[in-house]
Amino acid sequence: MSELKSVENTLASPTGKAPTGPARGNGLKREGLGNFLRSYGALLALLLLVIYNIIFTRNFLTTQTLNVNLTQVATIVIVATGMTLVIATGGIDLSVGSLMAISGALAPLIFLSKQGPFSDPVLGVVAAFIIPVLVAGAFGLFNGSLVTHFKIQPIIATLVLFIAGRGIAQVVTNGNLQTFRNPSFQYIGLGRPFDIPFQVILMLVIVALTAWVMRVTIFGRYVLAVGGNEAAARLSGVPVNRVKLAVYVISGILSGIAGLIVIAINSSSDANLVGQNMELDAIAAVAVGGTPLTGGRVTIFGTLIGALIIQLIRYTLLANRVPDAAALVVKAAIILVAVYIQRPRQS
Amino acid sequence: MATIPANAAAVPPGKSQSNTRARAASILQRQGVLIALVLLVLFGSIRYENFLSVYNISSVLRFNSMIALIALGMTFVIMTGGIDLSVGSVAALASVVAAQVSPNGLLPAVAAALLVGIFIGFLNGFIIAKLHILPFITTLAMLLAARGMALILANNTSVSASYETDFTKLGQGDLFGIDFLPIPAVIMVAAFLVGIIVINYTGFGRHVLAVGGNEEATRLMGLPVDRIKIAVYTINGALAALAGIILASQFGAGQPLEGNGWELSAIASVVVGGTLLTGGMGSVGSSLIGALLLGLIFNILNFENGRGFISLSAYWQSVIRGFFLLVVVLLQNRLARRNKT
Repeated sequence: MSELKSVENTLASPTGKAPTGPARGNGLKREGLGNFLRSYGALLALLLLVIYNIIFTRNFLTTQTLNVNLTQVATIVIVATGMTLVIATGGIDLSVGSLMAISGALAPLIFLSKQGPFSDPVLGVVAAFIIPVLVAGAFGLFNGSLVTHFKIQPIIATLVLFIAGRGIAQVVTNGNLQTFRNPSFQYIGLGRPFDIPFQVILMLVIVALTAWVMRVTIFGRYVLAVGGNEAAARLSGVPVNRVKLAVYVISGILSGIAGLIVIAINSSSDANLVGQNMELDAIAAVAVGGTPLTGGRVTIFGTLIGALIIQLIRYTLLANRVPDAAALVVKAAIILVAVYIQRPRQS
Repeated sequence: MATIPANAAAVPPGKSQSNTRARAASILQRQGVLIALVLLVLFGSIRYENFLSVYNISSVLRFNSMIALIALGMTFVIMTGGIDLSVGSVAALASVVAAQVSPNGLLPAVAAALLVGIFIGFLNGFIIAKLHILPFITTLAMLLAARGMALILANNTSVSASYETDFTKLGQGDLFGIDFLPIPAVIMVAAFLVGIIVINYTGFGRHVLAVGGNEEATRLMGLPVDRIKIAVYTINGALAALAGIILASQFGAGQPLEGNGWELSAIASVVVGGTLLTGGMGSVGSSLIGALLLGLIFNILNFENGRGFISLSAYWQSVIRGFFLLVVVLLQNRLARRNKT
C-alpha cells in the first residue's frame, strides 16, 4: 500500500509543468480508465504476469524461483535507478554498460595483486570494493561535466564513454578473462544473509534510498525541476549544473556497483561481456516503469516494477520453453505497449 | 557566469534569424571534418608504405561501406530530429534473410532482404508518427525485436550463403573486375550521391530539414509531416538492410549476432560529420567523411602495429575512437559558440 502511495506522490511534479503531465481533474470520469492505466498500468501488468505464472508455470511459488528472478534482475534495477535520475533531468546515460566493464575489470586487478599495498587480503578486498566504484563515479563526473560545462547533448556526451569505456576496460586487462575465487569479495554477489541473496538486499536498499531522496529531499525536487523546465529552474536559483553533475555521478557509481556484482556472481571478469547491452535494459526498465524520457517526472518504484516486468516476461517464456530469441520480440512489444499506454495525454 | 543559453549551438531559439550563422558554422564544421580526413590520409601516406596502395584503399572502403550506408540513412533521420537505434539489428536480420534466399540468386536475395528492411523501417516511422512514441523508445524496441527475429530465422547460428550464385560477388567482387572499384564502395558512393541530390535539390529534402527545424510550423504550412517522418525511417531501414546484404555477401554468411553497436557507430559518424542531433540542419556528404574518418583510425592502428615499434592491441581502437569523437564534439561546440557570439 505504501508503495502505491509513493508512486502516486513521486509522479506529481513540483514544477507543475502542465503540458507534459496528465491533466488531472478534467474529464476525470470519462478518462478514468485511461488515467488508471497511466498511473498503475505497470503494476497491473506485473500482477497479471504473476497471476499467470502462478496458474500456468510449475513450481512458480517457491523461494527458489523468487530468488532466481530477483538475483537476475538486481543489477538491472541498480543501474536503472541511476538511469531514472539521469532521465528525470532530461538526460540519458549510454555509458553504464562500459562503466560496469571498467569497474569489473579493476576489482580483480586489485584483490589479485601480489605486491603493493593491496596484497594484504583485507585491505585488498576493501580497496576492490571502493576504488572501482570511485573510478566509475569519476567517469560519471566526466559525463556530467561534458553535459553541463561543455553543453554537449547527453546522448553524445555519454556515447564517448560508451565507445571508449569498454576499450579502456579491455586495455587494462589486455582483453584477458580474469578468473578468481575470493569468498569475501564475492559476498556481494553470492552472499546470503537470512537466506536472501545479498545483491537483492543491496538493490532494495538502493531503490528505497533513492525513492526517499526523490520524495523528501530538496535534491529530489531540484532533479525534477531541472528536467521539467531547465531555464525556469535556473532562474529560480536551482544549481542546475551541480544537480546534473550529481545525477551522472550517481549513475556512474551505481553502474560501478553493478559491475562488481556481475563479476562476483560469475567468479570471473570478461571486459568484453560485463554490462553489455545494459544501457538498453536499464532504459527499457525506466520507460516501462512509466518515467517519461522527456524528463521532469519520475517514479523510482515504477522503474523497479518495469525491470521486474521485463525479467518476469523472460522467465515466463523460458519456463514455458519459448526460446530466448522469441523473448526478445515479446520484450519489444511489451516496451511499446507499456509506453503507449502510459504516454501523457495530449491536450 | 554562463551567459550563453543552454545548448547555444544545439538549440537556436529563433531558427530563422540564426539560419545564416548556423549555415556558416555548418560550413566551417564541414570543412573541418574534410581537413581532418585529408590530414589523416597525408599522415598515413607519408608514414606508411602501401598506405595509398589500391589494395589498402579498396579494402578500407569495402569494410566501411556498411557503417557509411547506415550513417547516410541516419543522417536523414537525425535531420528530422529523430534517431534510429534499430539499424544494427535490422542489418543482422537482413543478412540472415539474404543468406537464406541467396540460393535463388542475387536479385531475389537482395529484394527479399530489402523488403524486410523497408517493412521494419516503415513500422518504426508509423509508430513514431502516428502513435507518438518517442523515436528513441520505438527504435530501441525494434532493435530487440529485429535481433530476436534474426536469431529465430537463423536458429541461433550463422547461415551460410550460396556460393553457386552471384550473391557473394556483391560484397567480395569489383565492378567490371577493376580492382579499385570494389562493389560495396561503388554502392556506397552512389547512395551518397543520391542522398546529396535529394537533400539539396528536391522538395523532399527541404521538407526533411523543415520537420527537424520546427515541426509545428511545418505542420501549419500544410506539409505532410507524418508521411515525411515515415519516409525517412523507411529509407533508413532500406539502407540498413543494404548494409546487411553486403555483410552477408562479404563474409559468405548471414550473421544474426553481427551489427551490435552499429547504430552508435553510425550516429558517431553523423555527429563527427557535423550534423546536429537536434535536427533541422546538417550535411549528408560530411557523414560519409565522418564514417571514413572513424574507419581510418583502425586502419592506421594496423599500419602502426605493422611497423613494429609499438604494439597497440586492437582494444585501443575503441579508446582512440571515443577520444576522437570527444575532440570533434568539443571543437564543434567551440566553433558553434564562437560563431554565435
